[in-house]
Amino acid sequence: MKLLQKIGLGIFLIGLSSFCSLVLLGKYKLNPKEFQRIINAKGIKSELFINSLNTNLVGKEFSEPFSFSSQIVTAVKEVNKIHKKNREWGKVIWDKPHSLSYDIAKIAGKGIIKENKSLFWLLTFGLGILGSLLYILPNLILLGPPGIKNNGIYFNSSTNRGFLGWFVFLFLVTFYIVLYFFPDYIVNWTYIVDPISRSISGNLASQWFLYGFLYCVVMIVMAIRMYIKYRNNMHQILRTTSVLFFQIVFAFLIPEILVRFDKPWYDFKNAFPLDYDFFFSWNLNSLISSGGFGIFILVWGILLTLVIVPVMVYFFGKRWYCSWICGCGGLAETLGDPFRHLSNKSIGAWKLERWMVHSVLLFSLVMTGLTLYSYFTGSQNVIGIKTQTIQNIYGFLIGSVFAGVIGTGFYPIFGNRVWCRFGCPLAAYLGLIQRFKSRFRITTNGGQCISCGNCSTYCEMGIDVRAYAQKGQNIVRSSCVGCGVCSAVCPRGVLKLENGPLENRFFSPEFPSGN
Amino acid sequence: MNAPPVIVIGNGIAGVSFARNFRKKSSKPILIISKETPYFFSRTAIMYVYMGHLRWEDTQPYENTFWKKNKLDLLQGTVTQINPKEKNIRLSDKSILYYDSLIIATGSIPNKFGWPGENLKGVQGLYSKQDLDSLEDYSPSTNEAVIVGGGLIGVELAEMLHSRGKKVTFLVRENSFWNNVLPKEESKLINQHLLEHVIDLRLNTNLSEIIEDETGRVKAIRTDSGEIINCQFVGLTTGVRPNIDFIKNTDIATNRGILVNKYLETNQSSIYAIGDCSEQQEPQTGRRSIEAVWYTGRMMGETLAQTLTGDKKAYNPGHWFNSAKFFDIEYQTYGLVAAQPTKPEKHFHWKHPNENVAITLAYDENTKKFLGINTFGIRMRHELLDKILCEKKSVFCMIEQLANCNFDPEFFKTYEKKILLKFNQDFNTNIKLKKKSWKVIFNNIILKL
Repeated sequence: MKLLQKIGLGIFLIGLSSFCSLVLLGKYKLNPKEFQRIINAKGIKSELFINSLNTNLVGKEFSEPFSFSSQIVTAVKEVNKIHKKNREWGKVIWDKPHSLSYDIAKIAGKGIIKENKSLFWLLTFGLGILGSLLYILPNLILLGPPGIKNNGIYFNSSTNRGFLGWFVFLFLVTFYIVLYFFPDYIVNWTYIVDPISRSISGNLASQWFLYGFLYCVVMIVMAIRMYIKYRNNMHQILRTTSVLFFQIVFAFLIPEILVRFDKPWYDFKNAFPLDYDFFFSWNLNSLISSGGFGIFILVWGILLTLVIVPVMVYFFGKRWYCSWICGCGGLAETLGDPFRHLSNKSIGAWKLERWMVHSVLLFSLVMTGLTLYSYFTGSQNVIGIKTQTIQNIYGFLIGSVFAGVIGTGFYPIFGNRVWCRFGCPLAAYLGLIQRFKSRFRITTNGGQCISCGNCSTYCEMGIDVRAYAQKGQNIVRSSCVGCGVCSAVCPRGVLKLENGPLENRFFSPEFPSGN
Repeated sequence: MNAPPVIVIGNGIAGVSFARNFRKKSSKPILIISKETPYFFSRTAIMYVYMGHLRWEDTQPYENTFWKKNKLDLLQGTVTQINPKEKNIRLSDKSILYYDSLIIATGSIPNKFGWPGENLKGVQGLYSKQDLDSLEDYSPSTNEAVIVGGGLIGVELAEMLHSRGKKVTFLVRENSFWNNVLPKEESKLINQHLLEHVIDLRLNTNLSEIIEDETGRVKAIRTDSGEIINCQFVGLTTGVRPNIDFIKNTDIATNRGILVNKYLETNQSSIYAIGDCSEQQEPQTGRRSIEAVWYTGRMMGETLAQTLTGDKKAYNPGHWFNSAKFFDIEYQTYGLVAAQPTKPEKHFHWKHPNENVAITLAYDENTKKFLGINTFGIRMRHELLDKILCEKKSVFCMIEQLANCNFDPEFFKTYEKKILLKFNQDFNTNIKLKKKSWKVIFNNIILKL
């Protein structure tokens, strides 16, 4: 069995390295016809740009994506400088340089990968999945009878901020930086999922399709790990199934299928303000122009945030969203589960958390306010501040860096809920309702707590659960996502997540029971 | 000169519970002295550090800044002498400290019974931080381990060693695990579970001798049947006794532990003893004079803190409860369930045919009064159980409230219907399960039966 795991690990690593090396395979050559098509499609008016690329790019063969991208990016920057100086606004290229470069590279890519998409899918995704499963499935026997399986977590370099942990951290951070800011480097990855994308949405895969697909695959594989690890715990099994379902169906399949039917891409469970660009003018315009269905989405999105979310939080706590539905939560609870104990439990971290998460909520609301003001008045500036600039700052800082690079990249260092705890504006909103008006609490079972600290240690949100439990107090905290792991790891049956009447919710005896 | 502080010897749950609760109501200086560790930790969590679930700092319930913030002075040192007449104590570094009140909360030490070789290298109990450290030191050179003594620490040590891939042989004197506490069927359930985890359980087996190798380390043990079992580590887990050797030659009255009255006062004025090291002169009916468990230590500390802040309270621990975990099986108990019931106590027992789930209800045969409950693999709601016990309800009330008493996580399989079915067959009754009701759980409704 152990051997099988080692083989699995080996296969996984081969899959992973072939995935990484894919970036350097294949060739990029843009022929004049293709270039003309791009110019037409993008409506590029800058002769300077066209000339520059015609000299430096078109017809030339590039063996890696970096110099190919660099030609385009430099050209965009240089010609824009000139056009802006000359106030030739019509000729300025407004596309983000790396996005434009991605679109060109997607067409210009040639060679082995593009010609053998399925083969390379098997060599990367295929081997990765096979290897992981070979590594995970033997645990069904190796881990022994059903029960809590945390043996050795603090001895393992990958789960104890050791060498492997830092390696995973670097890998994830790099991945997210490339994904968000340099998509043109990873065009090759998108080729291998083209066939899948075609079969669902009818289009070629973008980097976001690749990411969505990868997200689902990672969640499925790691959910299998969860099923084995928590097979004694029906609560965890159902919860894992739920996040998996909502990720695959709601976040991945439905939006892509909508696109197939010429409807706007929309994730029906992604509530504003997590879905921070819902009220951006391009989105509103696209929804309104999509007829009845677009209006339906618009109404649904507003209802979701203003009615459904608070009502559900009142009845069940924010867990219904964060731990049962949400995609970010879904990844945190599957891929992130091995790192949950790394969250900081100190009072200092709690303070920082409250400042940060509520600031982000405020930021998102102010930004949306400006956005709507601009939308309805048509004015691009509000008291001297350019709406677009604020949107860009938010998108960059919160949407990309915080939610992606830090949110997931920092799993092996700060635990699996960094984003949910410190950055998610929706979590902050849900948390306020949970704290002040909700039936949800974690009940402490009388005087049974022995202060062992398993609950606090395995709380991914960094709540010092023990501090409450050892006093016999119920736990009511805005940040609690209700994953139920504190209750699972408690060796004395002290904690229970429940929805009950509002009175007695903050139960806090002078002394714990028994005295 | 500053007023002498309240001195607490021992920073375990009893001493710290006292200090915390004392501080809530009084601003008098407090000094907590411990020879074991600089900061309070949860003794029950030691096993999780060895198993890699927790780091050492995770066992400390309060951040290190907590003590200063609450003006609780800490001192790491060893008390060697107590002078009740001068109201001072002497430490191993010869310094002398005067006290206003002295609280002795020194806990327990593992029992040893004079076995040949019991002081060899690689032979130890499991109680203190030092025990954990030395276990860690012996671990890399241990492949096979023997544990002597079938109690709660023994089974924890077995789980610990097993988690690190050691081959564990478990010697139990009795003919079934912990059967001086657990009724027969339950004890059997744990026997089987240990075997499921590939623990080599030897019932009816005593230790005769621990055999030494050339380096002074254990290399094997011999059992009373003469069998030699190779091992590089021996865990002696045959219970604990009060840690009071250092006061044996003072005027403080002791028996097995430090004798205290119901106000936790010793025979010397201004000296109190709480927790494992104390022995009740007049224990409550049904309770033992020394109860070395976490909860009683905590409750004594809470009680004494009231007394010393001007609200004199007798130690009144209420209904007995306890819990434990045997590998994967959680165990809870409320009230009193005898291992071998004597009249008029009788037991109702139910066990799932193939899962590690079981329940025993103890009741009075004549009055049908509910006496206590043991559960395995089912969590129970402490407050409601306590209420049923306090109000002296019948076993019928208890069984009727089974759903309300359940404290398992949401979506867990429930066994109440099956339990009730057997109950109704055994008692020839037709009791129906009461549906879950928050009003009952929150004490707002008077229970019938």
